[in-house]
Amino acid sequence: MASGKEIRTKIKSIQNTQKITRAMEMVAASKMRKAQERMAASRPYADKMRNVIHHLAFAHPEYKHPYLLERTEVKRVGYIIVSSDRGLCGGLNNNLFRDVMRDMQAWKAKGVDSSVCTIGAKAAAFFRRFANIKAKISHLGDTPGVNDLIGTVKVMLDAYDAGEIDRLYLVFNEFVNTMTQKPTIEQMLPAMPAEEDKKRLGYHWDYIYEPDAKTVLDGLLVRYIESLVYQGVVENGACEMAARMVAMKAASDNAGNLIDELALAYNKARQAAITQELSEIVAGAAAV
Amino acid sequence: MAMTIHVDIVSAESEIFSGVAEHISVPAQMGEVGIYPRHTQMLTPLKPGEVRIFKHGGEEEAIYVSGGVMEVQPHVITILSDTAVRAADLDEAAALEAKRAAEEALANRSGGMELAEAQTQLAEAMAQLQTIARVRKKLSR
Repeated sequence: MASGKEIRTKIKSIQNTQKITRAMEMVAASKMRKAQERMAASRPYADKMRNVIHHLAFAHPEYKHPYLLERTEVKRVGYIIVSSDRGLCGGLNNNLFRDVMRDMQAWKAKGVDSSVCTIGAKAAAFFRRFANIKAKISHLGDTPGVNDLIGTVKVMLDAYDAGEIDRLYLVFNEFVNTMTQKPTIEQMLPAMPAEEDKKRLGYHWDYIYEPDAKTVLDGLLVRYIESLVYQGVVENGACEMAARMVAMKAASDNAGNLIDELALAYNKARQAAITQELSEIVAGAAAV
Repeated sequence: MAMTIHVDIVSAESEIFSGVAEHISVPAQMGEVGIYPRHTQMLTPLKPGEVRIFKHGGEEEAIYVSGGVMEVQPHVITILSDTAVRAADLDEAAALEAKRAAEEALANRSGGMELAEAQTQLAEAMAQLQTIARVRKKLSR
């Protein structure tokens, strides 16, 4: 059995670890609240934008924007992968990456390669080994702005325009609630309205475009994609904090259990030492 | 009762305005446009400037937008602003600073790209200043 002193140092070191995990848990909890607020604040824009895009799909414009047209042949697909910058958040990133890898392999079986654009340091580190990274950005901090994302999104949109990729997916963790984050792969391009929506509003109408349809739609669709990506980034941020909070809570609890067990072992060892000393003294006295 | 139209102004980071108005005036790319209820469907990009909302009873609200897109449906106007901030919250010093920086960049221009960038910055700063002046005048009245 380990000596008393050894056990005591072990307890001490676990206590120190527990302090750290507990602090991280509290930091993550407060950051999560802010991230959730940000998520809620950006939702109206995304909803309104989706409405406009849906209206647009019902209108019968004289100019069909390439982002709204299905491409018959798919030769290469693109992914914008949103991840966290830091670890210690449970299986959040790994679950997401596993889903992406599965999707990529499914495409590969059909002879379709993929290009990747990563947001966040973890995705960059992971996909460097497996995929062709076209653009990356990381260290957006706790308050990502739309401005930070414009560059990376543009790289992928340019690739789409040039026909280098024929589909564009957004990959991020969807925030269901504090305990549940759902890895999501969402098709952004071509932008397809849902089938049931198509049945509504059957009559013919079109917008007045100023100055002309092409200029308006170009600007609008780029903003649409940016808003989707921004929403994904904000949502993934909330997921990161929630996952970290849960992971750190589990770590603190485990540390507590370990300390309890070690304290028991320490007391047993101490008692055994006392008993041994006593019996030695008694035996010594009897011998005299 | 006078006819009204629902107006939503949102930016990617927050919701700015949501309510009803009698009509609104918007800095569209081709020039200032006024939209009344039952306007036909329209889509247009916006220039930096102020959106003025005329509410029932003659009340008027001004909101600065630095560009974006406006969608008009007969009873709903949606403005997707790039970054829209309440006019009263605008920081005049920052606007002046931006204007100065933009003018400086205009003075020692080198590339065509930089010139275009500086011009938009200048336009933005001017629009912000105009809004501030108007708000201030209204407050002192």
